[in-house]
Amino acid sequence: MAALINVPSKARRGEIIEIRTLTSHIMETGFRHTADGTLVPRDIITGFVCRYNGAEIFRADLFPAIAANPYLSFFTVAKESGKFEFEWIGDNGYSSTASASITVG
Amino acid sequence: MISWRAIAAILLVTGPALLAGEIPPDARRSGYAFMGPDTRAMQDDDTANPGMLFVLDGEQLWKKTTGAADKACADCHGDARSSMKGIAARYPAFDKALGRPVTLDQRINLCRADHQQATPLPYESRDLLALSAFVGHQSRGIPITAGDDPQVKPFVDQGRALFMQREGQLNLACTNCHDDNFGKRLAGAPITQGQPTGYPLYRLEWQTLGSIERRLRSCMTGVRAQAYDYGSPELVALQLYLMSRARGLPMETPAVRP
Repeated sequence: MAALINVPSKARRGEIIEIRTLTSHIMETGFRHTADGTLVPRDIITGFVCRYNGAEIFRADLFPAIAANPYLSFFTVAKESGKFEFEWIGDNGYSSTASASITVG
Repeated sequence: MISWRAIAAILLVTGPALLAGEIPPDARRSGYAFMGPDTRAMQDDDTANPGMLFVLDGEQLWKKTTGAADKACADCHGDARSSMKGIAARYPAFDKALGRPVTLDQRINLCRADHQQATPLPYESRDLLALSAFVGHQSRGIPITAGDDPQVKPFVDQGRALFMQREGQLNLACTNCHDDNFGKRLAGAPITQGQPTGYPLYRLEWQTLGSIERRLRSCMTGVRAQAYDYGSPELVALQLYLMSRARGLPMETPAVRP
């Protein structure tokens, strides 16, 4: 699924940087019914992980009350040049990944 | 003393340019101007605007072959950044073969039928919204000129008549809110001028992208009227009138609205 990642392409060593992620997902709560009364099964993202050069720096659990297309923003310290990897997992075996690189000078 | 002839001359000059209740060009404001700072920030940042997710999907669909002809949009139209620039700003546009204006959604489906030999995409389906968002995005910042074509004049007039027509159990016309009372509030929400600058747009209430037709149908349900069907001549005419009414305002697709 489409994802939008905002990581600064360059940062100074030791600088605090903001990482923003937005991904496509309907986040169906599992509490809604169709017009004929059948329950719409739950279909949400349940977890998000961000790794910085392989080391986990941020993790979040997601729940049914979170709106569609979840947007997550968090901070980290720019330590070294490399790659941020993002992973979303969810119901029905959902899995989506994205990555972004940073140059630390 | 001012002569009657002078007064008559002034009336003749200003009269036809400005119909009763209509918003003069320099007072036209996009829905963006009525939003809070958080929603504006969301629209302005392409990595925070959820509508951009649909634009990304549309870009993929643009390049993907489909239908019996096994052709992609790109096979005829090439790079959308140049070929689709400014297109959405002049839609709905007149279709010579059909003898009536068609919306961008309808144009996409006509292209699918005629050139790709593919099945039409249902209204409000993710793929149709993604394609129209992708095409619309290429016109971002370009002033709206839809309705300038003399061939669509009768349809603009039909749309204007529908805009002025009271309907539903609440017996309200579009003009009662969007010409006469914009800037005030309806419950907690600001009443905008109803300028369709950013469709298809991401409405936080919908939690998805939606077309102007969905928006118009919501308004009709709101005044307890029977909403016109998707793609009906009435909705196309209304859309055309609204675009001509927003003449000169820059396109914002995909906009974000509360």
